[in-house]
Amino acid sequence: MVASRIEAQLAASRPHGALLPYFTSGFPDVAATAEFVRRADRLGVAAVEIGIPYSDSIADGSVIQSSFHAALAGGHRLQHTFDMVTQLRSTISCAIIAMLSYSMVHRLGLRRFMEEASRVGFDGVILPDVPVEESAPTSKAAQDAGLSYIGLVAPTTSPARLRATVAGSSGFVYQIATAGTTGERTSLADTLKSETAALRELTTLPICAGFGVSTADHVREVCGFADGAIVGSALVRRIQEGTNAGLGASALADSVQRTLEDLISGTQPSRDRSE
Amino acid sequence: MPALSSRWEPDANGRFGITEDSDGFGGRFVPETLMAAVTQLEAVYATARQDRAFWTELHDLLKHYVGRPSPLYHAKRLSERTGGAQIYLKREDLNHTGAHKINNTMGQILLTRRMGKQRIIAETGAGQHGVATATAAAVCGMACVVYMGAEDIRRQKLNVFRMELLGTRVVSVESGQKTLKDAINEAMRDWMSTSEHTHYVIGSVMGPHPFPQMVRDFQSVVGKEARAQSLAMAGKLPDCVIACVGGGSNAAGIFAPFLDDESVKLVGVEAAGEKLVEGRHAATLSAGAPGIIHGMRTYVLQDHDGQTLPVHSVSAGLDYPGVGPEHAYWKEAGRVEYVHADDDAALAAFTLLCETEGIIPALESAHAIASAVERAKTMAPEHMVIVNLSGRGDKDVVEVGRLLKRYVGDS
Repeated sequence: MVASRIEAQLAASRPHGALLPYFTSGFPDVAATAEFVRRADRLGVAAVEIGIPYSDSIADGSVIQSSFHAALAGGHRLQHTFDMVTQLRSTISCAIIAMLSYSMVHRLGLRRFMEEASRVGFDGVILPDVPVEESAPTSKAAQDAGLSYIGLVAPTTSPARLRATVAGSSGFVYQIATAGTTGERTSLADTLKSETAALRELTTLPICAGFGVSTADHVREVCGFADGAIVGSALVRRIQEGTNAGLGASALADSVQRTLEDLISGTQPSRDRSE
Repeated sequence: MPALSSRWEPDANGRFGITEDSDGFGGRFVPETLMAAVTQLEAVYATARQDRAFWTELHDLLKHYVGRPSPLYHAKRLSERTGGAQIYLKREDLNHTGAHKINNTMGQILLTRRMGKQRIIAETGAGQHGVATATAAAVCGMACVVYMGAEDIRRQKLNVFRMELLGTRVVSVESGQKTLKDAINEAMRDWMSTSEHTHYVIGSVMGPHPFPQMVRDFQSVVGKEARAQSLAMAGKLPDCVIACVGGGSNAAGIFAPFLDDESVKLVGVEAAGEKLVEGRHAATLSAGAPGIIHGMRTYVLQDHDGQTLPVHSVSAGLDYPGVGPEHAYWKEAGRVEYVHADDDAALAAFTLLCETEGIIPALESAHAIASAVERAKTMAPEHMVIVNLSGRGDKDVVEVGRLLKRYVGDS
């Protein structure tokens, strides 16, 4: 099987660890989101996660929730995200991953959603409200459409569930770093390293950690034992602050780029992966 | 102990009505972080469900603390005024705290204790489930936090104070539409980081498995009593049982023990709000489509992208954009007929019951009364209709006074 773009990108980042930034699609508008993605790609990130706004996202903390509500209030529709990715795909080299509620996928129709997402240029999909018991059809539909299906494991996940989740996953496995919603934390759980090690025993897939990963120091810590660090709320908050301060499009993108540069400084050029 | 024929029970993944052609309804669509708590609850409840001692303890609480059994009352003047079938009222309004909600919270508080947890959280819309949860927490000495939409807090100040008197902390939810669905989101988010020591007392037959089945079991005491009372009082089963449906717990409770009685027509009444106009009603089964919300596959009111639509009803307890998955199954199986009554019909039924029977019903229950009166008119006087009078209307009198322009309060 040909390695997916996600796996190839993560493999290329392997010597230093990868940063995977998350942006809410349509916040503050799709043109801005597209520019954030282009800037991230130019800085050499392995993949970007595009969060597709949903009205009732249980897994998200206040920052991402309010970005969702702002995007929806601004008239954002799923089709706008698809159009944006269509335009981005040919101009960037990083992988693009959709993260959204299964409510939206179900509404469009599982197969239709996956085929459409693949066609516009998504490389993978993350459905944070589909636990492994419900994931057989979603995993199959994604992989049939040529998308990586990224399963999530949490600090509360039992060993049996870890195995089942890994078996249905491709691209990478999403290690939820904090028992709770998305959102910035001052420090990461002490147990994250050992949880990642336990997961490593069960899979050869890359492991990326997110939820609570907020600073360059966190990225450095995570890249010490995982393959990638996912940062969402810290970036979305920066966008929120910039928007509230009335920054114009290029000033806002510059501000996001500075945050990305800072976060990327947390990846480890000289880390030793043989440990 | 609950005993239904197997076709009415969910499969191991909590799906009701799964067949070759149907994905069924229910399931568990929640973040992985919650699955440990959900599977723990499933295991603890599966054990308790087969444990006579558990049901004995619950029955004891329901009898001596809640005041069960609630009466089945022949509403003769209402029946006469209607001119048709005999209307009987299952008086859940006479329970401690004034609604059926406490049947469920007493059951869940006992399970919380079995799990060794010391803190409970809940969502509430109108405040009835919040008060019932706060009451259960107080009588069992547990810490309790209730999430309530900021908009509902404004409309239901008295219930907020009631919960606070009972020692509960009420948290105002400022996200989304600031009503019931947002309070559920916020309670689930709390549970994601606290499930080790906290149980989430969901207030209706909704959410991820095992909640729909479990809450239906706890509420089934209503239907079991009504069935026995009907046989004792009238010497027969009723021809029809009618209940209002928001999330659907009072309806599931009174319907479940009648499911295998094929002669008994079951009717669920949803809130049509302002004449079923999109965004201004809450008739999920009548106007919605299968979707995913709050951890379950069920009927949902949503737009083409799957975004939840705004809902409205004169009764704060019915304005929910989803519905318990078992109701979705009963609808598709054709076992229950789902109809709707709008705000005006509910208000008219509210005053009708006050004037004919001296009973002030909850606005939720008034929807069931409105539909029962319409249906009874088409039936013969020897026929019998039972309406679940799921709650009392003290909480609604100010709002009704305002809507009917007959009473203006202090504010």
